[in-house]
Amino acid sequence: MRLSYPSNVKVINVPCTGRVDILHLLKAIEDGADGVYVAGCLEGDCHYLTGNLKAKKRVAYVKKVLEDIGMEPERVEMYNLSAAQGTRFAEIAREFTERILDLGPSPVGSEAKSGGEAA
Amino acid sequence: MVVGESKPIEEILSMVADFNKILLTGCKGCVTVCNAGGQKEVGILASALKIARKKEGREIEIDEITLERQCDPEYIDQLEDPIAKNGYDAVVSMACSVGPQYIAKHYEDMLVFPALNTTFIGGSLEHGVWAEFCQACGACGIHNFGALCPIARCAKSLLNGPCGGSAGGKCEISQETDCVWHLIYERMSRLGQLDKMANVVMFKDWTSSRDGGPRKIVREDLKQ
Repeated sequence: MRLSYPSNVKVINVPCTGRVDILHLLKAIEDGADGVYVAGCLEGDCHYLTGNLKAKKRVAYVKKVLEDIGMEPERVEMYNLSAAQGTRFAEIAREFTERILDLGPSPVGSEAKSGGEAA
Repeated sequence: MVVGESKPIEEILSMVADFNKILLTGCKGCVTVCNAGGQKEVGILASALKIARKKEGREIEIDEITLERQCDPEYIDQLEDPIAKNGYDAVVSMACSVGPQYIAKHYEDMLVFPALNTTFIGGSLEHGVWAEFCQACGACGIHNFGALCPIARCAKSLLNGPCGGSAGGKCEISQETDCVWHLIYERMSRLGQLDKMANVVMFKDWTSSRDGGPRKIVREDLKQ
């Protein structure tokens, strides 16, 4: 499809979003990422049954942690889309990048800064 | 197991507000099983504290060590080297409250803080849900109650229940709390022992519990 999405989004592949751990998300923020989002399969369509539902709960947990320490929970998000939705993937990348641009740079800061990460 | 839960991050942040280098210690015992203070929770708390401090522009250095247990002196000994070499401002323990007390006893000049609230002796009902089952009264009598403990599981610790607050199998304090006396009745009924419920259980001798002061067990056969 040759769709383009913002180059600031660094994609990290995992076999299933069920592999995404709370610590993965926190470490990204700790290392200076302005935002992190998890792109999982549609709910009910997980090949491993509940991987994306587990990821959803972990994202919610990290949002709570950020809120507790006075950071915007919107810097972390969970999206659901199927592998066939390339257009939606690019749209989400743009949507999240815009959200982060609105929020501004992370107050954590880092020398090796990246705009966002997707798993 | 001893069940605990993390203190609010704000409270832990205020404990370490004046420090720049701390040791965060987890425990592989009960608090690992109840997902409160094991290796994983140590990593999560360390990361959250680092993010919060970086945000303030005052970074904090945190070393992470998770001990086999924090309620045995030989494992607390394992902190000797890191504490001697690294010049920590304080130690934060993610064990039940026994852990920080053991660390404080062993390292007399070190500031020690608890990162958990030790909540109760209990078990898991399902993944992520724990409930209280024992109050450590020191004289177990659950065999008189269908192997269910009214001391820990009845809001009033009644020995001759239920009270008038039992309705539909639930306790009046909350619709989420089972009336243990309802459960005792059902179980005694299933066991064909309902007649035993007619016996009046006499006052409990609480000297084996906290009323007798802090408790200690000495096993001469094991003591060296």
